[in-house]
Amino acid sequence: MGAFLEGRGKGKEMKVLFDVLFWILVIPGIIVVGMVASWIVRKVSALVQYRVGPPFLQPFWDVMKLMGKETLVPQEAQKAVFMAAPLVGLAGVLVLAIMLWRITVTQSAFVGDIVVAVYLMVLPSLALILGSSASASPHAAVGTSREMKLVMGYELPLVLALIVVIIKTGGKLDLTQIARHTTVFSISNILAFLVALLCVQAKLGFVPFDIAEAETELGGGVLMEYSGALLAVWKLMQAVMLVALPLFLVMVFLGGFGPNLLAGLGKYVLVVVLLILIKNTNPRVRIDQAMKFFWVYCSIVLVAAIALAITGNNCGISRL
Amino acid sequence: MSWKIWSLKKSPWVFHVNVGACNNCDIEIVNCLTPKFDVERFGIKLVGSPRHADALLVTGVGTRQAVPRLKEVYRQTSKPCVVFLIGACPCGTGIFHNGYHVEGPVDKIIKEEDPNAIIAYVPGCPPKPEAIISGVVKALSAI
Repeated sequence: MGAFLEGRGKGKEMKVLFDVLFWILVIPGIIVVGMVASWIVRKVSALVQYRVGPPFLQPFWDVMKLMGKETLVPQEAQKAVFMAAPLVGLAGVLVLAIMLWRITVTQSAFVGDIVVAVYLMVLPSLALILGSSASASPHAAVGTSREMKLVMGYELPLVLALIVVIIKTGGKLDLTQIARHTTVFSISNILAFLVALLCVQAKLGFVPFDIAEAETELGGGVLMEYSGALLAVWKLMQAVMLVALPLFLVMVFLGGFGPNLLAGLGKYVLVVVLLILIKNTNPRVRIDQAMKFFWVYCSIVLVAAIALAITGNNCGISRL
Repeated sequence: MSWKIWSLKKSPWVFHVNVGACNNCDIEIVNCLTPKFDVERFGIKLVGSPRHADALLVTGVGTRQAVPRLKEVYRQTSKPCVVFLIGACPCGTGIFHNGYHVEGPVDKIIKEEDPNAIIAYVPGCPPKPEAIISGVVKALSAI
């Protein structure tokens, strides 16, 4: 047996073992990290409001309880779409998280993967729109229309922010090279990061942009009619988004998760805590205010950032 | 005890139904969510849709207008669920006893809809937040 192992070469063995372990552990790992992140969101929110907050295992108990509850499907709902939408959303965001983590760990990527990441990031919102419009509820319908407008609002600034980074890195389209580039402390990159952070805030449905869920007047909005296991899948999707989207921001704008895991973890927690603080210090905006904010103010900032980035590239000033 | 009930006790999400209350009990319920009492410590969360809820907090006598709505909300809540009657009115109609607009104590109305419903009573006019929390804890440890 020993001779057999030596004969095949140790490096290859290790690589296979690593790959097998990666693919076995990656999905449960991402879900557990997502749960921990959603606990951090609730705990930090509680601390900001001078409360004690939920215990550490609360997100696990929530999902476990929802899995055990009765799943009601409204009588007039489009059943197939209603049941499939949460699974599509969870699958899309899991693929995104796995892709980003795989790129971080192995430092290998395919050309143009940032475009794939952008498409995969739209998938959860698309699934929300599909699921809520299939649920035959007036509250969900209002939530659907708001979610659609919000998606149209934040996609433009998000893509513009990515274009800033692509210009800074000289037209590179794969995440490994973008993450390796040291353009972090330049004016255009910081502007792009701030706008992208707000877009991620809207994607996660956090407070200034939780217009589609709007617990106070829509009673859950897009998620209104979901119960039991299907609601648990939505909650899991939101937890996994809490892993994937800050990780994407870290990779694109903050110099990558990096070879130094501790620094990478620090950057990730920094982004999450920034999101939570924005969440806890702002009231909800109306949908027209959100559209105006994204299309007018954010876009103007980003056009300025793009101009700065192009100027910096042409004149050789890396700090612009 | 099955894992379903165990996890239900760990994270009861509540939905608030007002069937003709004077708003006092509603204020005391909201009081439980404030930093002083902070029921999120026990995983209790106020949700906006009965489909998400594990517990219905019913306040008020159960007026004629409200009774069909209460039954509808109970039917739409995903089971297993617990019904909490908060205050003297839903427990026994209180000072509105025999009123022309009163359909009777809320537990009777819920039992008409589902004879096996789990119902917990928190009397008081209005009950203190401490009383509500203690009632929730006692009811959850009984099932």
